[in-house]
Amino acid sequence: MKLFESEAKNILRKYGIATPEGNTASNSDEAEAIAKEIGKPVALKSQILTSGRGKSGGIIFANDTAEAKKVASNLIGKTIKGTIVRSLLVEEKLNIVEELYASVTIDRQARRYIVLTSTSGGIDIEQVTLASPDRISRYWVDPAVGFDKHTAETMLAQFPKINKRDATKFAAIIATLYNIAIDYDAELVEINPLARTASGKFIAADARITIDDNALFRHPEFADRSSLRVDDTPLEAEARQQKLAYVDLDGDIGIIGNGAGLVMATLDLVGFFGGKPANFLDMGGGAQTEVIKKGVTLVMSKPEVKAVLINILGGITRCDVVAQGIISALNESTIKKPIAVRMIGTNEEEGTQRLRQAGVHTYSNTEEAVKAVLGL
Amino acid sequence: MSIIIDGNSKVVVQGITGNEGRFHTSSMLRYGTRIVAGVTPGKGGQQVQDIPVYNTVAEAVGNHGADTSIIFVPARFAQSAVLEAIDAGIKTLVVITELIPQKDAIEFIAKADKKGDITIVGPNTPGVINPGSRTHVGIMPVHIFRPGVIGMASRSGTLTHEIAWHINHAGLGQSTCVGIGGDAIVKLDFIQVLEMFKDDKETKGVVLIGEIGGNTEELAAQYIRETNYPKPVVAYIAGRLAPPGKRMGHAGAIVMGNAGTAKSKIEAFTSAGIPVAEKPSDVARLLKI
Repeated sequence: MKLFESEAKNILRKYGIATPEGNTASNSDEAEAIAKEIGKPVALKSQILTSGRGKSGGIIFANDTAEAKKVASNLIGKTIKGTIVRSLLVEEKLNIVEELYASVTIDRQARRYIVLTSTSGGIDIEQVTLASPDRISRYWVDPAVGFDKHTAETMLAQFPKINKRDATKFAAIIATLYNIAIDYDAELVEINPLARTASGKFIAADARITIDDNALFRHPEFADRSSLRVDDTPLEAEARQQKLAYVDLDGDIGIIGNGAGLVMATLDLVGFFGGKPANFLDMGGGAQTEVIKKGVTLVMSKPEVKAVLINILGGITRCDVVAQGIISALNESTIKKPIAVRMIGTNEEEGTQRLRQAGVHTYSNTEEAVKAVLGL
Repeated sequence: MSIIIDGNSKVVVQGITGNEGRFHTSSMLRYGTRIVAGVTPGKGGQQVQDIPVYNTVAEAVGNHGADTSIIFVPARFAQSAVLEAIDAGIKTLVVITELIPQKDAIEFIAKADKKGDITIVGPNTPGVINPGSRTHVGIMPVHIFRPGVIGMASRSGTLTHEIAWHINHAGLGQSTCVGIGGDAIVKLDFIQVLEMFKDDKETKGVVLIGEIGGNTEELAAQYIRETNYPKPVVAYIAGRLAPPGKRMGHAGAIVMGNAGTAKSKIEAFTSAGIPVAEKPSDVARLLKI
């Protein structure tokens, strides 16, 4: 779960990392009041979760309170990169001398947390990796040992330009990021850029934190937040509330199956035969009638969907149970779409028989089912 | 011969008294798996399918010589279950549990690495099956698999079954099938499975079933090329149409920026001379054994 910049900065401050003076505003009057209190030129930053908001006009500077108010009324409600801006972070505009970078993330292949730091902040770190690898220092943390500021100082020793006093301050911040990652079960804690100001302070100008979805049970403070993801489409949000693994796509063939890999392979087959999938929906293993019914109803309700392809490989999932769910959805839903079902495995005969009685076409081969649903 | 498990594996089921544990214990027993004990803290003294239940893994090891554990323990307790099994001397762990926090997986994998000589399959794996010795440590639909010469390693359960079904239709069968797990953090990876299949006399060819996210496929392709891998390998990659930034069902199936795309994996295999099947039904045809 991605946190907003404002939420991430609240956590940084709690751990003693300096952030620019400021506050969040949900309307232009609030933005004006915050700008007035700051009493200096401000940055108005759209609180959306997509990256690259600066380039898309989501961050605008204002020299005085009147300008801040005007900018705020333009930004709030505006759609940036597909997301409506609902709040702004209004902050003092920093007098930045140097932009640095620090993050803690998970290296899947190493199965470790990795600490990354760079003297090239303010830009996409992947670009730095490609363009100037000597400006990046990496450290893979042994979880039994942990990570402290002394280790961070050895990482920074790679950068001769940083003087000792700055290195000490920077190292303390890097070590703190690791503590935040551990305490919050974060997949990513990033400060980019970390600004060194004219007065020699280190301030987190921008921050991102992503919490591991699987660890949210240890963080009840995000319970209200976790059911509603701002980066979900409306159907994805509805599916998430019903605990369905659903992703919207931009085609017209609805896709449902059991097992993430099987559903992805089914999407790919539809593409291979010239069709365009409208969604991804994995019912998981052992899905019961009610869940199947919800899933089928949800996919049929998407206006773009012309026909639905259901691919079931029975194991723990029983074909007769799936058939019952499909039939219930067809009987009870107000929006009905043509459905083709491929099912093999546990209780296959009973399942296909029920579906055929209900007038639903069934197949034992995925490719035949795909061709049928595409009218080939 | 097989890899990871065989007819001699003495299996303890951690979480045997839960619904999933019970259901799959009876399924594994029916298939032929040698389950010697179950563990559920506080439920010691009970029996499930005539299998004795203990409070600790140490008792299952001490009384029955258990060497392999299958873990059905809920996610929030999974880390302590894994650590308990490692401490009790279990050498092969099959972690079925899904939704385990990544930090927990990182910690127990580090512990296993320190101890050494421990195989962890998963987390979020459907398990391992060796049809030849009728041994199944997992949650797979066993009726799909036939004894044969094709080793399979996969990040997806149902897609393994789909491709095994096609392999059967081509008149072939499977030596060992390994689900390496759908999570971002898993212990066993494709390279390790390839190393095991290399020395496995039963296996004549290998099928790798990958999907978007991470770079385990790219590393496997590099390994096959650099070691001049002695057995034919065919790959299939799911998720060609997956949009970036969205998790496709599995925690690990996510394209981040330009990393982890199906395209990158397909190119890696192709440039290593490994055929990549466009459709699951093409896999068997591409296997030159």
